[in-house]
Amino acid sequence: MPSAENPGMPEVACKVFVPRDTTARSMGADDVAAAIAVEAARRGESVTVVRNGSRGLYWLEPMIEVASGGVRHAYGPVQGSDVPSLFDAGFLAAGEHGLGLGPTEEIPYLARQSRLTFARVGITDPLLLEDYRALGGYEGLAKAIRLSREEIVDIVTESGLRGRGGAAFPTGIKWRTVLNAEGSQKYVTCNADEGDSGTFADRMVMESDPFVVIEGMTIAGLAVGATMGYIYLRAEYPLAIRIMNEAIEIAEAAGLLGDDVMDSGQAFHLEVREAAGAYICGEETSMLESLEGKRGMIRYRPPLPAIKGLFGAPTIVNNVITLASVPIILAEGAEYYRDYGTGRSRGTLTVQLAGNIKRGGLVEIGFGRPLRELLEDFGGGTATGRPIRAVQAGGPLGAYIHPSQFDAPLDYEAFAEFGGMIGHGGLVVFDDTVDMGEQARFAMEFCAIESCGKCTPCRIGAVRGVEVIDRILSGVDESDNLLLLRDLCDTMVAGSLCALGGMAPFPVISVLDHFSEDLRARKIQ
Amino acid sequence: MWTEVRGLRDDIDYGTPPRDGEPVPVTVDGVGVTVPEGSSVMLAAAEAGCPVPKLCATDTLESFGSCRVCLVEIEGQRGYPASCTTLVAPDMVVTTQSKKLTKLRKGVMELYLSDFPESEIPGGWSEFHETLEAIGLNGHRYGEGRNHFDLRVDDSNPYFLFDPAKCIVCSRCVRACEEIQGTFALTIQARGFESKVAASQDETFMESECVSCGACVQACPSHALVEKSLFPGGYERA
Ligand SMILES: Cc1cc2nc3c(=O)[nH]c(=O)nc-3n(C[C@H](O)[C@H](O)[C@H](O)COP(=O)(O)O)c2cc1C
Ligand code: SF4
Ligand code: SF4
Ligand code: FES
Repeated sequence: MPSAENPGMPEVACKVFVPRDTTARSMGADDVAAAIAVEAARRGESVTVVRNGSRGLYWLEPMIEVASGGVRHAYGPVQGSDVPSLFDAGFLAAGEHGLGLGPTEEIPYLARQSRLTFARVGITDPLLLEDYRALGGYEGLAKAIRLSREEIVDIVTESGLRGRGGAAFPTGIKWRTVLNAEGSQKYVTCNADEGDSGTFADRMVMESDPFVVIEGMTIAGLAVGATMGYIYLRAEYPLAIRIMNEAIEIAEAAGLLGDDVMDSGQAFHLEVREAAGAYICGEETSMLESLEGKRGMIRYRPPLPAIKGLFGAPTIVNNVITLASVPIILAEGAEYYRDYGTGRSRGTLTVQLAGNIKRGGLVEIGFGRPLRELLEDFGGGTATGRPIRAVQAGGPLGAYIHPSQFDAPLDYEAFAEFGGMIGHGGLVVFDDTVDMGEQARFAMEFCAIESCGKCTPCRIGAVRGVEVIDRILSGVDESDNLLLLRDLCDTMVAGSLCALGGMAPFPVISVLDHFSEDLRARKIQ
Repeated sequence: MWTEVRGLRDDIDYGTPPRDGEPVPVTVDGVGVTVPEGSSVMLAAAEAGCPVPKLCATDTLESFGSCRVCLVEIEGQRGYPASCTTLVAPDMVVTTQSKKLTKLRKGVMELYLSDFPESEIPGGWSEFHETLEAIGLNGHRYGEGRNHFDLRVDDSNPYFLFDPAKCIVCSRCVRACEEIQGTFALTIQARGFESKVAASQDETFMESECVSCGACVQACPSHALVEKSLFPGGYERA
């Protein structure tokens, strides 16, 4: 774009977007960013590299974008070595190149999604507050400030939002319990421990749109009269910790957090706490113990955390995605949100496609679409090109889903009908080379490793589960041990104190029910 | 000294401490009883003459909910809530005996037995043994597996000894030390299957902050913590 006065020099610096998301970086995004700067300097082109969040099309990362004629164009997956040829192809003006993906918003994977919670994710530099506001940020909080506490809770209830952390409990009901609970001090806690295998939605939103989490928590604080919030953030997410902390500072400086939030006369303070690094610390009562500085042990319920939570005070515990969904519900209204979805599963689900899948990434979509659509249309089948044999949904405690169940709609109740779980929305795909006997064993082993040890069914049961499966796989008293395994699963499901021991048998039961050909004596190799 | 501690307890162990709230009527196995608000379902059941098996609960300590043998059925509630940690509500209808509950309790006790020295099962007279008898179990189907049999006996204290092989990790000793004695000499160390009772920083009882009050021994349901005087010829695991 040479200008008249300065022939040969670009008029304005061209913006190139290179994600700073952890996944994109692990795939070489930093190298690409550096290469672009070097190449631009060498060619005398004026280029500004913006480190945006990720769009969540992970198989295309590092996916870079340029804004040309007001439209974003994408290229990916780009390596540092591709950069000179991108310049040669005139990518700054959306020139054609082998890695060209066309206008970003028209890439079918993205175009077919309904991005509500993730509306801004990947578009801009996550820490630019003015960009956040320009894209509709803080409209939800501005509305909430004009409402009474009850009215905020009513809107969240009517939206049909349910917890995205695992148990799918209606968020509005939880908030109402906290609102109505006696207590001069109340808390809002955000569960950002994200321990499920194959999940990354929490991390993505914190890295790519941290203000939406802050805004959601602030609205929660206003709704129940809490003046203090904590984000319990997985220690293995250093970038998310850094970005959240910076975003909190920026929000404080702008009067969006602090003693007088947005001139409302109400206070809300926010702090990030690094999690203790155990899967069980993601369970809400254990998380609260850990936030209090104690060992992450399970507390029995009742009392619910909503009534006696952090330091004995009424406390909201919500997942990152749950809280990040609140601003748009306030901004656009309950109707807008609940129009997506089906039955009692309203709004959108942020599905995370992982494992052996061709197009892994984040798909935000209204509830009700068949699982098959996610696996095939979005995911494109397995990365190895072999048939899908099983899908584990809902994290390490979720059942393995058999291909005969792939027509089930993404809907909490429909999944529960066949013993499945949507949980945090992770789908981990396996091809036909998977050994389901090993997968069953792994479920028990995971439980044994992660058990807090408080209750007996889990503390001893998980260890016995591994031993019994080993006996089955090595052909020792196969039928007796299969029966014993069923009994053990039953004892753990019905008897455990928390969902770790109570759900770890689900994947095992699903293998017993649908993949039993793999739970039998192995031929010695 | 220990007789005094023992004197704190009635003949009947109601499982959880008494409360003094407003009267709440409930039905346990068809028997109507009225107990103070704040009482556990376990206490109501004992009051109704239908005691529920228990291991980690005793009425000198706050409930803890870890052993899972006290599970019951409550009308209108899903699953099998632990009766020690579930509080009564007006007109609650509780069932303490059913085929499913028996199977569940056996399932849990079987797990305990799979990590309990086999030779110590016959002839024992601890609460643990009583519970086994009440549930009607004397063996398990798990064969040989990981266990705690070779952990060393701690006989450093002149009055009592601790045999970790017989410990069922119910935390009663830890809680007794805290709640009755106000000393914090005991903790549960490590996690999962490795969880074990430790005195102070995993020291011997003698070296620890233990003041030899005996509250833990009194609280222990499985004779893992036991008075030395019971073994005049010296302790040896049977
Ligand atoms: C073993 C275990 C681990 C869990 N880990 C997480 C986690 O990492 N993140 C999370 O949000 N919820 C986790 N949960 C669910 C929480 O207990 C709780 O239901 C959730 O944080 C509530 O928030 P929500 O209502 O917004 O889903 C876990 C539960 C269990 C039993
Ligand atoms: S089920 Fe496992 S993790 Fe949960 S309380 Fe029991 S021992 Fe702890
Ligand atoms: S020593 Fe006795 S009281 Fe203490 S945890 Fe073990 S079995 Fe329970
Ligand atoms: S007595 Fe209720 S769980 Fe142990």
